[in-house]
Amino acid sequence: MTPPPFDPTTIRRDFPLLTTPFHGKPMIYLDSAVSGLVPLPVLGRMDHYQRLEHTNVHRGVSTLSQEATDRFEEAREKVRSFLNAASTKEIIWTRGTTEAINLVAQTFGRANIHAGDEILLSAMEHHANIVPWQMLAEERGAKLRVIPMSDAGELILDDLEALLTPHTKLLGVVQVSNVLGTINPVKEIIARAHAKGVPVLVDGAQAVPHLTVDVQDLDADFYVFSGHKLSGPTGIGVLYGKKALLEKMPPWHGGGSMILSVSWEKTTYIGLPGKFEAGTPAITQAIGLGAALDYLQGLGLDRIAAYEHELLHYATEKLSAIEGLCIVGNAKAKASVLSFVLEGIHPHDVGSILDHDGIVVRAGHHCAQPVMQRLGIPATTRASFAYFNTREDVNALVAGILKVQEIFK
Amino acid sequence: MTDPRELYQQVILEHNKKPRNFGKLDPCTHHAHGLNPLCGDDIELTLVVEDGIVKDLKFSGHGCAISQASSSLMTVNVKGKSVAEAATMVAQFRDMIRGKLDPAIDAHLLGKLILFQGVKDLPIRVKCAVLPWATLHSALEGESAVSTE
Repeated sequence: MTPPPFDPTTIRRDFPLLTTPFHGKPMIYLDSAVSGLVPLPVLGRMDHYQRLEHTNVHRGVSTLSQEATDRFEEAREKVRSFLNAASTKEIIWTRGTTEAINLVAQTFGRANIHAGDEILLSAMEHHANIVPWQMLAEERGAKLRVIPMSDAGELILDDLEALLTPHTKLLGVVQVSNVLGTINPVKEIIARAHAKGVPVLVDGAQAVPHLTVDVQDLDADFYVFSGHKLSGPTGIGVLYGKKALLEKMPPWHGGGSMILSVSWEKTTYIGLPGKFEAGTPAITQAIGLGAALDYLQGLGLDRIAAYEHELLHYATEKLSAIEGLCIVGNAKAKASVLSFVLEGIHPHDVGSILDHDGIVVRAGHHCAQPVMQRLGIPATTRASFAYFNTREDVNALVAGILKVQEIFK
Repeated sequence: MTDPRELYQQVILEHNKKPRNFGKLDPCTHHAHGLNPLCGDDIELTLVVEDGIVKDLKFSGHGCAISQASSSLMTVNVKGKSVAEAATMVAQFRDMIRGKLDPAIDAHLLGKLILFQGVKDLPIRVKCAVLPWATLHSALEGESAVSTE
């Protein structure tokens, strides 16, 4: 059966923000890379759960508790399937990408990284994949090393083997840059790291909204992402880890849910994934994330990717034609994230003026200051496109940019 | 909300393009570094204070038009004032941006700086406009770094 044509006009009805006037006009949301909008079916699913199905999970003998647990674990299975992980034991709920990376740093990292060891990161990491490692390195007397990138915003991998020394204990790399949109060849990077015996953590926060991810095909050791970039709610995210690694890692947070037995003398822990899930989890949000995956899969992940790619191509063409505009990030493989600078105009001024026209973009360093330092710019304006955006949105952005230039001329 | 054109008036755009008193005073008697981590606005202020008078002051760094023009106009208006007057201007500028001082009614020393009153309608940009003033405050108080976060 042929699926119905991909129709953003229909899809947009699922997002009340897009039809609610802002300064008298409908809002143009080009900031999905900062946080995605949540469609009505996902909101409805969370509302239903919270009204009629909610109690705590993994506790008690009530039917209600059992059913809440079932819904919660079904969401975990949806994530497993989404990532094509081998087992739900490998899917750990976290508050988001940042917490997932901190979990790995504080467990895997503290167990394996010691004085003189090295952690290899790419030049285009988000602060979330820098700071937890820097904190650990400082504590342990370990060193951070960096895979460089080109002016176009592509990682320079020629010397990767030289950077992977006998001291390298982990390689951390972002799959899609939140500033540049670059899609990094993580499968190749992982294979080359593994050839040197180095495990790899992939930050998938910006990748999952745009790409189909198969953690087994990538052979990623750790893969992390956030629900809220994926049409789900905030407060929920995922750490995928290979079972053999997760089993060897000590727990992080201690508390209820993660124990087998507790006495004053000794506590024993339960197995995966519960070992890493102390306390009451974000149940509603986990179920919401499951519903978001259903929603996206209903639209078709491949069709979303193709549509967004076409929109990125259109936007790149339109913006490139504006005099005095320079696109930041010109990698050959890009997801629908478009950063740019305007000659003589600071991105915050661009963002403020666009905001007045109801065009929501991000202006700033995008929590990636080392990327800004590498490119020698303080900030960029970034438009990011989702499956509900249209060519009209791009046209409005272009008109907005021309207005900014006119004010500043 | 204020139309952006009301804020981005010619004087502000002109000071952004050609900032006055841009650079560093060496030697100086007071200095401070101001950072707005959310935006990345980053300015350094150097002053020469003699006999309780701000004889000279300069700023350097980078940032948006609002922070640059605010810095430039601040240096122009504070130069030659007493330290006490400068401190009063810091307080008055902050009050104006927060809507607590109406320059049309209340007495003030702000002169041309009242151009920035439109910022009060753009809460996200308040920190940009206030950054040089927070930095001036730090410099006069003998602190070396300030953040508007």
